Amino acid sequence: MSVALTIAALLAALAVAAPGFFSRENLSDLLLGNLPVLIVAMGATLVILAGEIDISVGSVFAICGIVAGLVAQAGSPILLTIAATCATGAVLGALNGVLVAYAALPSIVVTLATMVALRDGLRWATQGAWVQNLPSGFQWFGLSQAVYPFVACGIAAALQVALSYVLRHVAAGRTVYATGSDVDAARLAGFNISLVKSAVFTIGGALTGLAAVLNAVRFNQIPSNAGLGLEMKVIAAVVVGGVAIRGGRGSLTGTLLGLVLLALIGPALVFLGISAYWERAIQGAIILAAVALDAWRARRRRPDVMLAVQAS
Amino acid sequence: MTKAYAGVRALKGVSFDLHAGEVHALVGENGAGKSTLIKVMTGAVAADSGSIDVAGRRVTHMEPHAARALGIAAIYQQPALFPHLTVAENIALTLESASVWRRVDWNARRRRARDLLNRVGARINPDRSVETLSMPEQQIVEIARAIGADARVLIMDEPTASLDEREVEHLFAVIARLREHGTGIVYISHRLEEVFTIADRITVLRDGESVGTWLTNEIDRPQLIRLMVGRELSAVFPKRQVTLGEHALAVRGLRHRASGVFDVSFSVRRGEILGLAGLVGSGRTELAEILFGLRPADAGDIWINGATVRLTSPSQAIARGLGYVPEDRRQHGVVLDMSIASNASLANLKSVARAGLIDREVERASAARYVDQLGIKAASLDADVGSLSGGNQQKVALARWLSTNPSILILDEPTQGVDVGSKAEIHALMGALAARGLAIIMISSELPEILGMSDRIAVMRAGTIRGVLTRADATQDKVLELAIA
Repeated sequence: MSVALTIAALLAALAVAAPGFFSRENLSDLLLGNLPVLIVAMGATLVILAGEIDISVGSVFAICGIVAGLVAQAGSPILLTIAATCATGAVLGALNGVLVAYAALPSIVVTLATMVALRDGLRWATQGAWVQNLPSGFQWFGLSQAVYPFVACGIAAALQVALSYVLRHVAAGRTVYATGSDVDAARLAGFNISLVKSAVFTIGGALTGLAAVLNAVRFNQIPSNAGLGLEMKVIAAVVVGGVAIRGGRGSLTGTLLGLVLLALIGPALVFLGISAYWERAIQGAIILAAVALDAWRARRRRPDVMLAVQAS
Repeated sequence: MTKAYAGVRALKGVSFDLHAGEVHALVGENGAGKSTLIKVMTGAVAADSGSIDVAGRRVTHMEPHAARALGIAAIYQQPALFPHLTVAENIALTLESASVWRRVDWNARRRRARDLLNRVGARINPDRSVETLSMPEQQIVEIARAIGADARVLIMDEPTASLDEREVEHLFAVIARLREHGTGIVYISHRLEEVFTIADRITVLRDGESVGTWLTNEIDRPQLIRLMVGRELSAVFPKRQVTLGEHALAVRGLRHRASGVFDVSFSVRRGEILGLAGLVGSGRTELAEILFGLRPADAGDIWINGATVRLTSPSQAIARGLGYVPEDRRQHGVVLDMSIASNASLANLKSVARAGLIDREVERASAARYVDQLGIKAASLDADVGSLSGGNQQKVALARWLSTNPSILILDEPTQGVDVGSKAEIHALMGALAARGLAIIMISSELPEILGMSDRIAVMRAGTIRGVLTRADATQDKVLELAIA
């Protein structure tokens, strides 16, 4: 709620001070640049709701981008390229998931290790070379530059709606919340904790793969060092969006709002004529504010109401 | 049923039966094996041997899932609920069908929650998240959930611990209704009058064994207490006669509202061992933590060696000459991954440091003295404390405090999980320390230890000291009488 209000205030300030911000071109750039981040953040939301964390998304994102380019170069149609990239992401996510869920290793350490190993593995494999000479059917999905944004938005919106629905209204989604809320209680309730945990990592990986394709098709070459710092962006969006960092509480709508707010800061500063050097500092302040607010609310949620028992 | 934890047998061939439509109480001292027995019945832990028959079906490997399918539900002392989820969802999650792709019907969940809560006579909004509920409310939610599961067997572990009188009455009405419907209820409680009110039969556990089962009307309260205590003072305690000195520590009207400790007054003299008895949860450990400055008191006075002091942090307490060996030594008493020498110097780094740097030689020399004095058996001073036996770990925890040269030592369950030989050594050590003029406060759940080691015994119940017995007066029955409401 407070995030939505902040966004509204920011947009209002921009409407008055810098109407140029709302030009079609600027909005389209902003949107296309952040859609992949949003999709990765959806996966991160699932992982964090289940009480885990994945900081390897940036490296998985880079690998998936390269895979997408190579598959496309080999002449694959765009749908197959997307499928192959998602599958790559899912496999890497499952690797994290299995190590966390079945080897019972802490996810922050597992994904720190895969973050470093996958990134350096990619550097070694590509020797830092970018994928170039992409086929024409790859860029903008082979669509016109005017149509593509609608397709990309449609994909993201469909995912946002579908995943929100599953999280709220399908039993599988509720087990994610239950696992993140109290692992022991979830085990006593008979849930398969390991399956839930490995599933959220796998889904997160697949979504990162999809995001990598959506990012890659915007350019005519694919860098081998994409996604640096991506984990920070998505975790920040999730936290600012009100998802409890220890799991069990939050929603994808929150993550969406969190990302919109953080993504608006930088461009807004430029349009408002403030030095862009402030972007990171302000983002950091917002994250701190979000975490502090969450801690304050958690304290207030403590029991205060006495039991109302009626004689039967 | 047999179950061992890390070599300590918590259950030794216990048999237990429960009829439909009966309330069967399970009583016993702390550590008698009650909690382990119910965990085995619900599949929360796996038994090492033995089997469970439920309505004619034999189960050798109970698991939470299977227990649920068989209609076994449990309400633990600590509610096993999901704090972030709503009441309705908490009730629904274990009741709905197993398919993970089914659609969740929120309205049906709410209706069911409201209906079940009505059946136990509670008015709790099903849309509230569980973390906003008080402990009694959470317990009510658990009971509602168990009823919703159509449990044939309902296990209640200290269900009244956080309820007030009216709520207890209400709970009993619910239990009576369940009994009429043919539910078998296992009822665990330290409150014996409750047991006599509600139970049809009573089984007594002692030291992991079943002492026997009686109909409630063929046994009375004193008999029951005798059965719970059972054993004679078998071990010989090396109690030394020590001339008592000045008051080392005195407290008056001590209170810490958040931990439920109130109006605690007592004193302990140099050379004296004060036993602090009481059931788990009676506030003994909380009292120790108040004295050690971990939970600064809200009200009350503390004198140490005659001077009024305020203790708001452990460092202050240490400076005043207090030492505290906590109950769970593996978690709080020693650092398992550090060497004996490093552990021993931890509370008094200044004494082994020169110009702010730790002098390893001085540290080792000091540790060597204690290893020798306390008879710590270890391969070397550099051995990780984690590699030692429980008794030797406890001695290292003691060594740490002896190096600070304390005048008052608080020992919380000093011989828990320690083998018999080390136990005797630790007892001898305590006697020697008292003879040197230390005042010792010993918290113990083991009655023979309390009776054998203490000069006086303070018995706690529900947050305060209910009575102080002298060594000459104290008997097992008297201590238990004060400890049990």
